[in-house]
Amino acid sequence: MTLASALPRERPAPATAADRAARRRAALNWVAVHSLAIAAALFFLLPLVFVFLTSVMTDQQALTSDLWPHHWQWSNFVKVWNTDGFLTWWRNTLLYAVAGTALTLASSLPVAYALAKFRFRGRNLALMAVISMMMLPPQVTIIPMYLFWAKQLHLSGTLWPLIIPMAFGDAFSIFLLRQFLLTIPKEYTEAARIDGCGELRTLLRVVLPMARPAVAAVALFQFFCCWNDYFGPQIYASDNPGAWTLSYGLESFKGAHHTNWNLTMAATLLVLAPVIVLFFFAQRAFIEGVTLTGVKG
Amino acid sequence: MATVSPALPPALRRKRRRERARTLAFLSPWLIGFGVFFLYPLASTAYFSFTHYDGYLAPTFSGLKNWDYVFTKYPPFWQGLGNTLWLVAVMVTLRVAFGLGIGLLITKVKTGAGFFRTAFYLPYLAPPVAATMAFAFLLNPGTGPVNHLLGEAGLPQPGWFTDPSWSKPALTMLAMWGIGDLMVIFMAALLDVPREQYEAAELDGAGALQRFRYVTLPNISPIVMFAVVTGVIQTMQYYTQAIVAGKVASGVIGGSGQQFESGYPHGSTWTLPQMVYNLGFQHYDYGSACVVALILFALTMAFTSILLRRKSGFLTED
Repeated sequence: MTLASALPRERPAPATAADRAARRRAALNWVAVHSLAIAAALFFLLPLVFVFLTSVMTDQQALTSDLWPHHWQWSNFVKVWNTDGFLTWWRNTLLYAVAGTALTLASSLPVAYALAKFRFRGRNLALMAVISMMMLPPQVTIIPMYLFWAKQLHLSGTLWPLIIPMAFGDAFSIFLLRQFLLTIPKEYTEAARIDGCGELRTLLRVVLPMARPAVAAVALFQFFCCWNDYFGPQIYASDNPGAWTLSYGLESFKGAHHTNWNLTMAATLLVLAPVIVLFFFAQRAFIEGVTLTGVKG
Repeated sequence: MATVSPALPPALRRKRRRERARTLAFLSPWLIGFGVFFLYPLASTAYFSFTHYDGYLAPTFSGLKNWDYVFTKYPPFWQGLGNTLWLVAVMVTLRVAFGLGIGLLITKVKTGAGFFRTAFYLPYLAPPVAATMAFAFLLNPGTGPVNHLLGEAGLPQPGWFTDPSWSKPALTMLAMWGIGDLMVIFMAALLDVPREQYEAAELDGAGALQRFRYVTLPNISPIVMFAVVTGVIQTMQYYTQAIVAGKVASGVIGGSGQQFESGYPHGSTWTLPQMVYNLGFQHYDYGSACVVALILFALTMAFTSILLRRKSGFLTED
């Protein structure tokens, strides 16, 4: 909406005093709301602006408290990209995120479907168990899990202990998909059944196409969950720099360049960039996923 | 559902059996996961909490020794518990209040709504490590832009992540920056409030504050409840930001297994989840680490049960 259409329109007839007062109140209200919104936008966006400005400063200037770069040094990004390990961290993170997302979807969708559409004894108990699992802090079970993967299967120093469990369903994804599948009317699945579809075919051919927004939301959440994960790689991959992910590597990057805020901020932006790009491509799926967790019963 | 009795006709019995097999097949990935990644490690954590275990020699039973150690001979436990509860109280309250405020604001914005919504949401997407690194830089006492601007304005310049009395407020500010998810949830709830109720309230002469108190709040209270409880559970798990902020601000970071001052500065950012990591993976005292893990579990489950009992839309059927 433009400024002109948001403000009350001028009317040719002579306005009464009450009209004028109402109009003045609306205009004041508009100004107040938008000033607040601009202040809030500064709080949310300025940090990103400062990070960007620092990322193109020279080493010397990054040590001063100047805010505006004297000389725009774009080569910082190239330098970071060529740092030892940076490309490996990217590859590892991408493998973890893509494999993790694919496995999560393949294993969680049937479970969510069963919880939403099948009637069986213990269904509520199963749902409660899913929710408890969703609430469980990863630190509660980490010690036996670490011992299991590292001492029994000898897989520490790799990302497999993080990827393999995704093939066994993810509680949050199951819950979110179930919430969405509940909203698909019974008539569709029943019609498919009468037409002689088996359950698996009903799920893949009838339900899945209708659940596309929820599946997209789950995929995005899971992708970012892996992309952002710090705790998992810290536990399993910290001893082997060849298996580090971006989150874990980024932190140590600051250690190796510990006076160079410019390079550190350039690296930070390179980790952030794919997330932001993906968001602009899939805004709707994000917003739907977030509202689905909070609002739909 | 009744159990299958032999009196049932064979065709029906076969159908029941087929249905049960089908349900099991659909649930099987998760059933295995629940056993292997939830029940088994939870039981092991409970078992290890009663043993002396360093990860190399086999665990030996030690009774309540670890529990006694954590509660009476390990002062950092109480500091970590205190910090965790501080974060739960302050961070959750402010996040819900600020998220609701931003949600209300965005529903009132008429011009450039798309721009503002994106601007408010974007920081939520920043990976926690990247966001924390960015804030460690922004709030860097020597050369950071925030203190530079505060200095220009003639205001005091706190030490933020390097000052024990400012480190938790700095982490809280970082949490406020990533409020985007709550904003979206509140926005959706606010748009669902029936318009007629506002009109009726206005006819009765209710002012803006009264309309918020008597129309908006009762309508969105389930969502507020949801935000509080999930916020508490998330904050109980607070880990990455605290650990990265401490490492970056202390300047001791990176490298494999490098020791750093936990909870820098002066244990002010030290939380229960970090304690599990520190006791287990840096001091190889798996027994005591499991005690802390169980305490974390008990606290989290206490909050979860409130969520399940209050029926905040979690268990509703069709």
